[in-house]
Amino acid sequence: MYTRRNRKWLGLTAMLAVLAFVAGACGSDEEAADDGLFKIAVVAPSASNDLAFTQSIVDAVHALDGVDAIDITDGTFIVDDAAAAVRGYAKDGYDLVIAHGSQYGGSLQEIAGDFPDTAFAWGTSNDTFGLDNVSAYTAASDQGGYVMGAMAAAMTSSGVIGVIGPIAVGDAKLYVDGFVNGAAAQDPGVTVNVNYIESFSDVALAAEAAEGHIANGADILTGTAQMVVGATGVAAENGARWFGTQSNQTSLGEDMVVASQVYKWEKALQGIVNGVKNGDLGGNSHTINLENGGIVIEFNDGVDAGDARAIGEGLIADIKARMVDTGA
Amino acid sequence: MTDFFTMASLVFVVGSGIRLATPFLLAGLGETIGQRSGVLNLGVDGVMLLGAFGAYWTILETGSPVAGVLVGLAVGLVMGIVYGVVTVTLRAQQGVSGIGIFLFGLGMSDLLFQKKVGTPLPIRGFADWHVPVLSDIPKVGEMFFQHSVLVYLAFLLVPVVAFLLNRTTFGLNVRAVGENPAAADSLGVSVARVRYTTILLANGLAGLAGAVLAIELGIFQQNLTNGQGFIAIALVYFGAWRPVGVMGGALLFGMVSATVLQWKTLGLVSGATSSLTAMAPAVLTIVALVVISRTVGQPAALTRPFDRGR
Amino acid sequence: MGDWLRPRLARIAGPRLAGPLVPVVAVMAAFLVGGVMLLMLGANPIEGYGALLDGAFGDADALADTALKSMPLLLVGIGICIAFRASVINIGGEGQMIAGAIVSTLVALGLPDLPRVLLVPLVLLGGLVGGAIWGAIPGALKAYSGVNEILSTIMLNIVAVQLMNFLLRDMIMDPYEKAYGRIPQTQRLSDNSHLPALPGGTRLHIGVLVALAMAVLAWVLLWRTSLGFRLRAVGHSSAAARYAGMPVKRTIVAALTFSGAMCGLAGAILVFGSESHRFVTDGSSVGFTGSAGFNGIVTALLGGLHPLWTIPSSFFFGGLLFGANAMQRAVQVPAALIVALNGLVVVFVVSSDRLRRAVGESLGRERESSAGGDVEARS
Repeated sequence: MYTRRNRKWLGLTAMLAVLAFVAGACGSDEEAADDGLFKIAVVAPSASNDLAFTQSIVDAVHALDGVDAIDITDGTFIVDDAAAAVRGYAKDGYDLVIAHGSQYGGSLQEIAGDFPDTAFAWGTSNDTFGLDNVSAYTAASDQGGYVMGAMAAAMTSSGVIGVIGPIAVGDAKLYVDGFVNGAAAQDPGVTVNVNYIESFSDVALAAEAAEGHIANGADILTGTAQMVVGATGVAAENGARWFGTQSNQTSLGEDMVVASQVYKWEKALQGIVNGVKNGDLGGNSHTINLENGGIVIEFNDGVDAGDARAIGEGLIADIKARMVDTGA
Repeated sequence: MTDFFTMASLVFVVGSGIRLATPFLLAGLGETIGQRSGVLNLGVDGVMLLGAFGAYWTILETGSPVAGVLVGLAVGLVMGIVYGVVTVTLRAQQGVSGIGIFLFGLGMSDLLFQKKVGTPLPIRGFADWHVPVLSDIPKVGEMFFQHSVLVYLAFLLVPVVAFLLNRTTFGLNVRAVGENPAAADSLGVSVARVRYTTILLANGLAGLAGAVLAIELGIFQQNLTNGQGFIAIALVYFGAWRPVGVMGGALLFGMVSATVLQWKTLGLVSGATSSLTAMAPAVLTIVALVVISRTVGQPAALTRPFDRGR
Repeated sequence: MGDWLRPRLARIAGPRLAGPLVPVVAVMAAFLVGGVMLLMLGANPIEGYGALLDGAFGDADALADTALKSMPLLLVGIGICIAFRASVINIGGEGQMIAGAIVSTLVALGLPDLPRVLLVPLVLLGGLVGGAIWGAIPGALKAYSGVNEILSTIMLNIVAVQLMNFLLRDMIMDPYEKAYGRIPQTQRLSDNSHLPALPGGTRLHIGVLVALAMAVLAWVLLWRTSLGFRLRAVGHSSAAARYAGMPVKRTIVAALTFSGAMCGLAGAILVFGSESHRFVTDGSSVGFTGSAGFNGIVTALLGGLHPLWTIPSSFFFGGLLFGANAMQRAVQVPAALIVALNGLVVVFVVSSDRLRRAVGESLGRERESSAGGDVEARS
């Protein structure tokens, strides 16, 4: 066994090990310094510029008051890597650690217990696991979905609308349900086809799902989650209109996007941040909706929506006044 | 289920299947050429990703789909030179160096995308070209003759590659090098030169396949190919190293994927069961191969670097 | 390159050390290229690499996390050692990991109240079984139907992912989730099934020890048992092995079965050592495995297809992968750089493979055995 070949690997390993330990020893020790700064960290599953899920939380934390330092770990679609990041931030003394992704819930439940002095926030969900240092946040995206579903039903000339969803979970499911209900309430004769592609990230599949909708006659498309950019490209190529959610998606097509339901997570997060500063580490669930300004429907003036716009604005007012049940 | 069997629905499935098959076909044709000369390239997926990013970024900056396609091709050729140096000149193990190229392409394309592209805007590709006369045939025209010019290109390459491999001197050299490089060498064929050429072709086509994918989707994203490069390699085996066979495999895979997609769009399957149907292309590919039960031999010198004088 | 490098290395380090130095130089060359890339992206390479190494090896917690990240690489690598030694190319690590995770989860869901000392070995056994089945299928297809294993393992990867998605959304979904959140995960798995932590206060658990033990067992298998001898014989020449009366087909099946079993064990350890105490998916295979099914191939090959040398190899790669996030935070360069860097390391080291032999040859030493050399694929 102690052959020449193995000696070579021994040499390689020894050198690498020495290198590693020397470098490690040279590295400064991180201390969880309490320097009086309020530090927030965000762990999210996709890229910060995805114009959808992760972008919404990144934009929100940068819009917060009273925060001195922000650190973002994005692209952690491997759940265990995200868990390691969350744990790492807690260990480094961050004041609030935000785990932005429904698949992170199970991990957070375990980690939060180990760090009772750190505040955690989890989205999108309303489950705090009964822990008083975990806040949950979610969006009543069914509201915006309802509004835009009604608008889409009013605008469609072919009578067919296509929806591309990821996995039927969290705010994605709420949005789609709201959208379907809104369209039905506006015009029961309109067909709304829903395709959950069972992935948050497969852009190619989202594009093909969109092609499928177009082939079945849809002239308006909508969708949610970070893979949705695949679908918007198809919509653009086929002259279909688009309703966006999570972030303002007008830049994807100035003459295509009718409106976007924009999440202003800061409406929920600011409350959590202020609470933490006053010693309340969590335990509550926060929902952003049209009424509290956490959800805003941003219309694209570049697209003439005709009557649908008035319908939409009317519904927004009605929902704020709690006169409409979105049925989600 | 009756919804599915409407004419419109079936027409869509066939057309979509052809469109989905295109990147597999391009990458698979390239890999076939390489493997026939005895070179296994497991890095196809990585090269596709680099080609896809190159094409996407070029079109984003210049607005020209043609430039995008050329850049994708060029990126592939550059990676081909690298792979040639590594496996032919330096005679490294092909399997692992291929995986190394895959990892490099995966990371590099993602890195460049995150750093060079701010907001990922969609790009416009080629408009569908309706073949004169043929595209007016009802149904059949829609299925076959209203595609993007890149699709036609890919399918036209099938007879071209077949001709290249079977009826040209170059093809003869390729096959000889793949079966018995020592004999070919003794007959004066430069094994290195032949393999460099096939590697350039293989990687160029892989880069082109990536470009086609990015253009068809109109966007780029981390790991855009999602393993399609590996599927293309598998299809080479399925096609018994013949271009027509590879085309058959790509179409089988594409059509089944399109069928499953249409079922979902029509609401025929949903939720958990849709995952079961998503297995269909893979399962059917294996079943087809078992049924056909071929033991067609692969090129005898596949994966063996050639050392003159050993 | 060898002609240029060899004499200089020999002058610096003496002829005996020049051989092993070549791959080290290759690794450093890859890091140099990476450093140039860091510079071009506006980051300080020293700072970046320092953060990487510190993040991976800087303190006890980091070492523990690196070890945990290396565990699946090691197990998959061991499986690859077994398969490649028999000249069977197993690209199905991803699917085999998932299959092992599924079976082990079913065991834990079915027997939640067993005492820990029984349940933990049982779930690990479940992982072995699940992976073994997922390896046996392409093995049998290859041996008895002539289906090339590259094809079948790649296809089975796809099947495994969809099977996982199906189960996690339906049959083994957390009943709470079925009613409320619909997150595709199981219920919290029984505490008795969770892998016991190792003393020291870190996240380290016995899964790492199990993996190390498997490395030893694999070495024993390959070089101290008759099955191992048959595996290696078939790897060298199936024709000669058949002529010598060995059951070649059964050996091929065994190769893929054992290889799959190792990967399946990795999947089980991932589930039962996880933070979340659940089996959870984001719909993709990489989201669960972290590409260990591919990275493990690399670690095995850089370990010379020897299970014991795969240990330091996987630790090194695990460190790179884990430290990447620290580097990203320190110098704002995306962790994707490290994935690319891994690829460069692989290409550079493997390119230096022939150089190493050339160095050995020209310095007058006997030619090394070709064990672990070019993988020869046979149908």
